[in-house]
Amino acid sequence: MHKPLSQYLDLANPQNLQAYQSTGGYEGFTNALKMQPQEVQQQVSDAKLKGRGGAGFMTGMKWSFVPMGEDAPKNKYLVCNADEMEPGTFKDRWLMEGAPHLLIEGMMIAAYAIGADVAYIFLRGEYRLCATRLQQAIDEAQAAGLLGDNINGSQYSLKLHLHTSAGRYICGEETALINALEGKRANPRAKPPFPQVVGLFGRPTIVNNCETLCNLPGILKNGADWYTQISDGADTGSKIFGISGRVKNAGLWELPMGTSARHILELAGGMQDGLTLRGWLPGGASTDFLLAEHLDTPMEYDAIAKVGSRMGTGVIIALDDQHCPVGMILNLLQFFAQESCGWCTPCRDGLPWAVEILTRIEAGQGSQDDLDVLQQLCGFMWIGKTFCALAPGAVEPLRSGMKYFADDFQQHIDHKGCPHRH
Amino acid sequence: MSSVIPIQQVDLVGQPIVNYRDVLSGKEIAAIEHECSLYESRPAAAIDALQIVQSERRWISDESLYAIADMLGMSATELEGVATFYNLIYRHPVGEHVIHLCNSISCWLHDYQTITEHLSKTLNIEFGQTTKDGKITLLPNVCLGCCDKAPALMLDGELVENLDIKSIDSLLQGLRGGKNA
Repeated sequence: MHKPLSQYLDLANPQNLQAYQSTGGYEGFTNALKMQPQEVQQQVSDAKLKGRGGAGFMTGMKWSFVPMGEDAPKNKYLVCNADEMEPGTFKDRWLMEGAPHLLIEGMMIAAYAIGADVAYIFLRGEYRLCATRLQQAIDEAQAAGLLGDNINGSQYSLKLHLHTSAGRYICGEETALINALEGKRANPRAKPPFPQVVGLFGRPTIVNNCETLCNLPGILKNGADWYTQISDGADTGSKIFGISGRVKNAGLWELPMGTSARHILELAGGMQDGLTLRGWLPGGASTDFLLAEHLDTPMEYDAIAKVGSRMGTGVIIALDDQHCPVGMILNLLQFFAQESCGWCTPCRDGLPWAVEILTRIEAGQGSQDDLDVLQQLCGFMWIGKTFCALAPGAVEPLRSGMKYFADDFQQHIDHKGCPHRH
Repeated sequence: MSSVIPIQQVDLVGQPIVNYRDVLSGKEIAAIEHECSLYESRPAAAIDALQIVQSERRWISDESLYAIADMLGMSATELEGVATFYNLIYRHPVGEHVIHLCNSISCWLHDYQTITEHLSKTLNIEFGQTTKDGKITLLPNVCLGCCDKAPALMLDGELVENLDIKSIDSLLQGLRGGKNA
């Protein structure tokens, strides 16, 4: 199959500009420059590219809300969301470490398509190797005239800067990210206005996930038709899928959209010897648990939603039968409670409350009432009750875990202890 | 904390007035000015500035905070809100080496508890503390993005993967012996 992303990948020794160009790199951007920005947008819409950060929104449609033409504001921004902090997710790091020029080219295409004159990579602080390699790639592109004024003799100019964040999960939310880029606390902003119109420094801004942007060079180089044929499922193109947990060989693979989770688990060599799969999170900590019976579901946005979860980042976390589901849910909720920005009450107070109850249950001191309160909290922190998607994301593994692992919760209460410890 | 620069003047709301040139080094000022040039406003460089100063001085003291606020033309109170919001900005002194141990789900599924207890026992400190000799600070960290090589930690910004008791012992021995200093 075509691997438009990982074909450029070399983790030990990533391609420099020359090597990347000699294998077809920057051809997509060269093609884009010969087109009108709206034509580039159209091609990406035709490719039906969906955002790879978790929400799966159509990239072309997202771009279409940006004011274009003579009357549009002079400063527009493109931001790459490389603040990969979703627990269990490590795909963007892989791409940035292994193919830095692929991201730079993708950003140049996106920036041109929306008429942005400045672009930022918003990189999480822990990704030091990514920072070094990306900065090298930016410097090379700059020196070669691919960034800067009048690129390739055209009228188009673009500056690209690397911003290294200082660690906070909420920065992955696009309006919080914009606040962080303005040097503020990363509290989310009210929408509307949407960032496409009023974003960074009040100007039209597009925030796209790192993997989403890495798909653009292939689309612009080979065309939308080529891209849509990579997968024969409902979603187009390829995706970086992966799995971690107690599997034999945790890792990442570029596969067609719609590949089943079973296939991904097989690529990982299955569960470690002596262990059985009890459940799995399809794409990070903020997605609902699914069970072994769901393994044949295609990893597509709608198909995964149909069985009650979200594809999220597409990097699976596997729960085995030797680990306690209650303990796992407690660990997930501790993460969300810590990373809540504290802006809205349901999230700020609800998440620590859930952690407190789960800690009690896990320690064998929970009561039947605790289960009812946990259920209620799932409602209090659901979509529409909170300012952003952080708390609803935390609710997903909690509510599905309570459904699928109800017996485990009950055993903790009935036997006053964790059955997995003794 | 003892002040490097005595603070003599306060503004109308009682905030100390610090001239950043008295506190920050030429190297720090140049690096922060460069970051300022990348954004539409100076306060936008706040997080970069905090990281620049921290990389020189290990942590952000009150003096550093006031100086950065002065340099960026923002209130120190607002900058304090920013500094305390982000996990990788230290508002307390840290040791020569800082260990960030990943405590998220994939590491939890790979003996996180054993690793934590061993680190804590060997160093004789809990999360958030520094060893008595001032060498090592132990902090938790959310998912480090190396779930395929769990459990993992970050030592002075470098990833250390596939941890076990043995590899932790040799890591700590290296730090204590000053080999990795």
